[in-house]
Amino acid sequence: MTEYRLQTPLSEEDVRKLKIGDEVTLDGIIFGIRDANLIRMFDKNVPPPVDLNGSACIHTAPSVRKVEGGYEKISVGTTTSMRMDRFTPGLMGQYGVRAIIGKAGMKEPSMEAMKKFGGVYLAIVGGAAAWETDKIESIEGAFWEDLMPEAIWKFRVKGLGPLIVAMDSYGNNLYLDVKKKAIESLPKILEKLGIS
Amino acid sequence: MTISGQFYELVEDVCKNLYIKALKDLPPDVRAALQTAYEQETNKTAKQIMSVIMENINVADKKSRLICQDTGTPIYFVKIGSEICLNVPRLEQAIISGTKKATTEHPFRSSIVSSIQRKNNQDSTGYRVPIIHFEFMQNSKDLEILMVPKGSGSENMSFLKMLIPADGLNGVKKYILESIVEIGANPCPPFIVGIGMGGTSDLCVTLAKKAATTRPIGSKNPDPEIARIEEELLKSINLMGIGPMGLGGSTTALAVHIEEAATHITQNAVAINIQCWAARRARAKIDSNQNVEYGY
Repeated sequence: MTEYRLQTPLSEEDVRKLKIGDEVTLDGIIFGIRDANLIRMFDKNVPPPVDLNGSACIHTAPSVRKVEGGYEKISVGTTTSMRMDRFTPGLMGQYGVRAIIGKAGMKEPSMEAMKKFGGVYLAIVGGAAAWETDKIESIEGAFWEDLMPEAIWKFRVKGLGPLIVAMDSYGNNLYLDVKKKAIESLPKILEKLGIS
Repeated sequence: MTISGQFYELVEDVCKNLYIKALKDLPPDVRAALQTAYEQETNKTAKQIMSVIMENINVADKKSRLICQDTGTPIYFVKIGSEICLNVPRLEQAIISGTKKATTEHPFRSSIVSSIQRKNNQDSTGYRVPIIHFEFMQNSKDLEILMVPKGSGSENMSFLKMLIPADGLNGVKKYILESIVEIGANPCPPFIVGIGMGGTSDLCVTLAKKAATTRPIGSKNPDPEIARIEEELLKSINLMGIGPMGLGGSTTALAVHIEEAATHITQNAVAINIQCWAARRARAKIDSNQNVEYGY
């Protein structure tokens, strides 16, 4: 297990050195994405109004307060990534995204994209929005505001981490490893309860 | 006793306060269970995750922040005392207004959209939402309101299975354990597993929701046989190694709660509803003198 402190945008080299179990802390710009804006991007083929090349994107829709000239953070947290699995190949292949920050992991479409284009999945603690909000320095922009709260968000972060590398660019997936063990444990657990 | 118009304004304020309180102030039983989980984890990643969870609760306290960004689906469990003469449609309107006020005045994210058009009213309400359950208490002059902002990472991991009598209790247990393996990391473990048994399909699911969201951790089903099954399932789930956030560890579930109802001779229904580690709820009791007492 190695600990890294990385500055965005990320290069292919930055993410290729990461292995599952490593810990990463991020500084710089990250983008908030999720269901509605990804559906627009890929199912309606509307290119995003921001440059995602080398970016880290977090699965989120925050609580914000509208203020003069923009938005003030109230609560920024992370949503379940699995719903967005099928969008990762497009994000990485078409728009150059290097890291997805999310919770609960993703499966084959994302694993393949991470291998092919050089990307990682960084696990954040789901539900820990008060902690996460502390790491957001400012909201620098909101795009596609008609999708509120599912706009594309541009956050400046400082010391966002430790995030756990849960999927790396070599096809490893910590969630699937844990799940495989859970499946293997089941027959013994059932046997203990006298259930065949 | 008869109730003045002022009472409904009070209920509206209380419902606003409850929604905000629930989003910020985790109940003491949940905090204690998470602290225990933190202390018991030996896996390094699991310990790290639990320490972030504990830090998150502290930051939320100190800076008056939301525990989780998912402001959830607003659900109210309302108990009306028999000795209080309420206009229930007005009570319902007061609850809806309180929900809107909390959302727009705090403000926080409205997580509710219409089912087909996906239109967000930006006030946490919509057709048939907030969800309000009415129950009644005999020989009481009180009105009790329990507010649950139900997060959706866990809500999306809900199951109903209409098993048959021949599947027996073992079939029920097997279905529960297989479902937990399947959902793994998604509902933000360590979680509370709510189980509904019996009833009809709709009642069974409602009971699972009540089991997951309304009971304090450490509470047992009053039926000793069911309490034993709760304990047995909790132990079994924590042998799976799913752990905090599904990245491995010894605490997958903080509790298993079962609520049951009588059922039809041909049925053996089981429902599962999961409550994430951010098991938020807030309670208020309003007495006939309009005194308000807040709790969990």
